[in-house]
Amino acid sequence: MLKAGRFFPDFLRLSAQAGDQEGGQDRPFQQSFDFRRIWRQAIIVTSLVALVPLVVITLVNYKLTRKSIEEEDILRTLRVGSNAKHSVSFFLSERLSALTFIAMDNSFDSLKNPERLRGILETLDASFNGFVDLGLIDQHGEQLNYVGPYALQAKQYGDQPWFAEIQRQGFLVSEMILGYRHQPHMVLAARQKMADGGFFVLRATIDSTRFIETLKSFELMGRGDLFLVNREGKLQTRSHYEGRLFSKVPYAIEWSSEETAIHHDVTATGEPVIVCAAKIPDSPFILMIVKRGNDLIRFWRNTGLVLMAFVGLSIIVILFVIFSVCTHMVNSMYQLDLRQRATMRDVEQYNKLASIGRLAAGVAHEVNNPLAIINEKAGLIKDIFSFTDTYAKDEKIIGLIDSVLASVERCGAITKRLLSFARHMDSVFEEVRLPVVIDEVLGFLKKEAEYRGINVTVKFANEVPPFRSDRGKLQQVFLNLINNAFAAMDKGGDLVVDVKMDGPATIRACVIDSGSGIARENLDKIFEPFFSTKTKTGGTGLGLSITYGLVKELGGDIQVDSAMGVGTVFAVTLPLEPPQKSVEKSDGNSAR
Amino acid sequence: MEILLVDDELEFISTLAERLHYRGIEVTYTSKPAEAVELVKNRCFQVAVLDMKMPGIGGLELKALLQEHCPAMQFIFLTGHGSEEDYVAGKSASAFYLLKPVSIEVLVAKIKEAAACLPANQAAPPEEP
Repeated sequence: MLKAGRFFPDFLRLSAQAGDQEGGQDRPFQQSFDFRRIWRQAIIVTSLVALVPLVVITLVNYKLTRKSIEEEDILRTLRVGSNAKHSVSFFLSERLSALTFIAMDNSFDSLKNPERLRGILETLDASFNGFVDLGLIDQHGEQLNYVGPYALQAKQYGDQPWFAEIQRQGFLVSEMILGYRHQPHMVLAARQKMADGGFFVLRATIDSTRFIETLKSFELMGRGDLFLVNREGKLQTRSHYEGRLFSKVPYAIEWSSEETAIHHDVTATGEPVIVCAAKIPDSPFILMIVKRGNDLIRFWRNTGLVLMAFVGLSIIVILFVIFSVCTHMVNSMYQLDLRQRATMRDVEQYNKLASIGRLAAGVAHEVNNPLAIINEKAGLIKDIFSFTDTYAKDEKIIGLIDSVLASVERCGAITKRLLSFARHMDSVFEEVRLPVVIDEVLGFLKKEAEYRGINVTVKFANEVPPFRSDRGKLQQVFLNLINNAFAAMDKGGDLVVDVKMDGPATIRACVIDSGSGIARENLDKIFEPFFSTKTKTGGTGLGLSITYGLVKELGGDIQVDSAMGVGTVFAVTLPLEPPQKSVEKSDGNSAR
Repeated sequence: MEILLVDDELEFISTLAERLHYRGIEVTYTSKPAEAVELVKNRCFQVAVLDMKMPGIGGLELKALLQEHCPAMQFIFLTGHGSEEDYVAGKSASAFYLLKPVSIEVLVAKIKEAAACLPANQAAPPEEP
């Protein structure tokens, strides 16, 4: 039973106490197993078997899920990067194609007409949106016609690097520039050759705001950043985290190609990032998406924390269940072992009693027959003296014969007691009042108590009812116990007989003395036959073993507790109902 | 009253017979169980006091043999052994059971008690010493 200390089971508490008391001394019927070790091993093995697979599966699942999420994120980033690249590329090529078509469709002279050029600009802006101005530049780089919000008529572009470039490749998509207007913008230009071998350039400015809006339409999770850089890595559109326009981003871009690809890099502060990059065809731009790796970890950390909390809680519950079940089972084993050891002790006690009984019966028989002859011979002498007149008045001879007969009777009583001990005479049950029985016993010993100055107190609880038991055996039990108590008190002392109910069906009678006490090492032996500490004063060592046997025959139990120099308590428990094997009272010595 | 006393201890039964005689009980005794069987062929006794353990024929066996001739005869077992087997067997044989050494007063009382159990037509008139 776990009792109040549910978390401190009996096998831990009691075996520790037993260990202290026994001090490692070898004793019969010690506990069969090391319950602490079994308990420890059961908890460890069961915990390992239950938790190791759980922890391994959780870790593997954690890693796999994390890898899966990372791969999913990379795929999503690649998809967004690819879409963005195509959108930007389409934005530029669409407008460049329109510009090329107009250059081809209109003569140089017609384009010199401001009204014509204005009409074209309005048509372009209405159709494609984002066109700010439009200019016609001759082969020397002079802007011959210009329609737009700025005063750029007759501007010279012949020394500009882009003008040289357009002559080489026939079209131009410029980087983002400030130019004469000091506003970030980009230039699209188309070269058209003329019949005389010369050429002109139709140049348009694209509103950077419109261009940026195209990029904004792509949504990125967390702290994702989508922007354009030039081939040197300088920002061409605004970025949330990478600095001001035209500043250089801290990432390597040499690996980028027209295929959208992913590269792992770190920010200037060392934060890991995923960089997705793709070169925009026929333009100086590289599209870049930068995603903070910590964003992914943060997202995963939240999920992971929930998972870990669940796993942690599961481990606590599993450990608690394992601990409780192992403790309960080992404690049950311990209780069984205790009962088994108690049974073994009882069996040993019974075996000893049975052996002594057989020995006693043999001895008693051998003694009884010659004793019977002495009895009859002496009896006959007395009869002769008594039934004839010759010696009837010789009181001395009659006295001597009476003395012989009394001694024979005494010897007979001893051998009969030995035989009774051996035979386990059936108990004769009748209704008994325990206070009356104890009063009768104390009546025999009253004189001795007074003579020796022993203070006898009797406590009877009112609720103790009359019960069925063997009156003679009860007398013998209490006579032996009280005699023992007297013997333990040298001079004076207190004897208490305390009778009360112990549960609804059991009477508990304690005989408590303030005598010398019994040494702890002797407590287990005092019910053994012929064990006596009073050998020098004539103790036979049979009293308590007979008492033990009698109490057991009455269906009860007897226990002893003692402390040296303080006293001893013998506690006899008796059932209100007699055990099954009993006979009802008939004739005392004989039965028919 | 006349009883039969059978015990292998001749010294014991001869002395006991004399003592019972002083108390008005006539005793026919023998230390040989076979002789006891011969005795009851001619006459029945009111009560037989038998030892349990005797050489040859034991008390229980002797009781059965005697009862063949005298079914109404009452029995008292008087034994010095008192083993559990004897005790149980003696009781189951519906007999009085006494342990040696026994006081003469107790024995006389039991003999009279046993005699009182006889059927009315076989009961002997009470005899006083």
